[in-house]
Amino acid sequence: MAVLLVAEHDNVSLNAATPKAMSAALAIDPDVHILVAGNGCASVGDEAAAITGAAKVLLAEAPHLEHHLAEEMAALAVPLAAQYGAILAPATTTGKNYMPRLAALLDVAQISEITAVKSADTFERPIYAGNAMQTVQSSDAIKIITVRTTAFQAAETGGNAPIEKINVPAPAGLSQFGGDELTSSDRPELASAKVVVSGGRALGSKENFAKFIEPLAGRLNAAVGASRAAVDAGYVSNDYQVGQTGKVVAPELYIAIGISGAIQHLAGMKDSKVIVAINKDEEAPIFQIANYGLVGDLFKILPELQSELEKADG
Amino acid sequence: MKVLVPIKRVVDFNVKIRVRADGSGVDLANVKMSMNPFDEIAVEEAIRLREAGTAEEIIAVSIGPQKTQETIRTALAMGADRGIFISCDDELEPLGVARLLKCVVEAESPELVILGKQAIDNDCNQTGQMLAALLGWPQGTFASRLELDGGKARVTREVDGGLQTVILKMPCIVTSDLRLNEPRYASLPNIMKAKKKPLEEKPAADYGVDIAPRLKVLKTQEPAAREAGEIVANAAELVEKLQNEAGVI
Repeated sequence: MAVLLVAEHDNVSLNAATPKAMSAALAIDPDVHILVAGNGCASVGDEAAAITGAAKVLLAEAPHLEHHLAEEMAALAVPLAAQYGAILAPATTTGKNYMPRLAALLDVAQISEITAVKSADTFERPIYAGNAMQTVQSSDAIKIITVRTTAFQAAETGGNAPIEKINVPAPAGLSQFGGDELTSSDRPELASAKVVVSGGRALGSKENFAKFIEPLAGRLNAAVGASRAAVDAGYVSNDYQVGQTGKVVAPELYIAIGISGAIQHLAGMKDSKVIVAINKDEEAPIFQIANYGLVGDLFKILPELQSELEKADG
Repeated sequence: MKVLVPIKRVVDFNVKIRVRADGSGVDLANVKMSMNPFDEIAVEEAIRLREAGTAEEIIAVSIGPQKTQETIRTALAMGADRGIFISCDDELEPLGVARLLKCVVEAESPELVILGKQAIDNDCNQTGQMLAALLGWPQGTFASRLELDGGKARVTREVDGGLQTVILKMPCIVTSDLRLNEPRYASLPNIMKAKKKPLEEKPAADYGVDIAPRLKVLKTQEPAAREAGEIVANAAELVEKLQNEAGVI
């Protein structure tokens, strides 16, 4: 039975999470439709149509879909559900918001943050902050699934699926968008960056975080991340948090600076290919999972690292 | 205004859990249990609403085996007014939990339900959204700020790109994120007082709703282990290794 993937986007362009979730969808069934819901988002529909493997794109445009409010997204998807054996979305804060609502309206379970598709009804997912992996089999007629996108390769592009405009139900009107404060940065996006430089409480202040972490991230063309402690202390805003309940990242290189490595932080980065830890406490748990550790004062090490990188770049 | 706070008893956030070697699950024998940290934040938020004069009564509800009552007592010691304990020895999925909570909401008619965004054991992040769906209420998930005014809730949400604000008609569901507040510790006198606060008990089966699981857990395994690497002497050696050995820069 066909599978529906709900695209993540900002009405202008497709988020990198969608082609990754596409790989999970294709592993369930080769007949994948992509739902692009939003306002004035036809260009996103075109991008989705180019994902290899997409059989069809459903384009739903209406003013009340602009901000992907859970009440409106779930109401949109319910009448579509009967045609599908599974509905998937990336496990972003948007997907995590509306998907359980959709599941309950359909009277089915949700399988959260899958990391592998074992068969059309059997999936692997992390529990206890990734300290255990559970394999679950669903008996529901429609599987509602969110996808941990770091566990899947992005699907290729080059396809040309037909785009079908679909009817949008009248607004549910239970909620309204009241504004947003989004962080703008020239750096790569944290969730999909190849290199991440993360800072912890040991940075000591917002000023130090900017002074020591930013230049290193700039030099490595890296995204900037942070531990919960650094976010709680106000060094950076919430969208920088890496961990069990923040963002889950799996870059080629993750550099943890002044982060001790609480279970909850490790949950968000332990699948990185290469991990570097810089910490003054040689007993810090972060060293147990790091490929390379450097013990010492970060305020001394980071300027040295910066100049060594400059030398290496020649 | 009445506020309902659903809470969950989970393995303490500091415990490193052990997976049973036979794949049958996580070993919970003699493991320290606590209130789910996100639920503590929800309880705290409800108490602050009462302290601000917005809420009159706070009801803490939890579902689980007999020892779950201890977790409800913790919420009462923090400041909740009374508790509802739904006894159930089977492990429930979020949909089953939402079904039972819907019955409690219908019986108690709160104007606001606040609960943690996610339980740190199964990491599902579903119950609040599902309860909102079953009730036909709006939802403000991952809240870092909550303001109530004139029958509306203004919820600032922690989202991937930063913050988003939604305005919800009440009654509504709010799920708490880390920055909503810092929960208080219960004082010893309040722990004593909590023992006398009303705590009503009712078996889950008496609610007459379908709470059967929809998912079958085939196995539970340890994740792929990661070996500790090497300690390098200085920044120069680190850069050399990253370039020539790991090839990542």
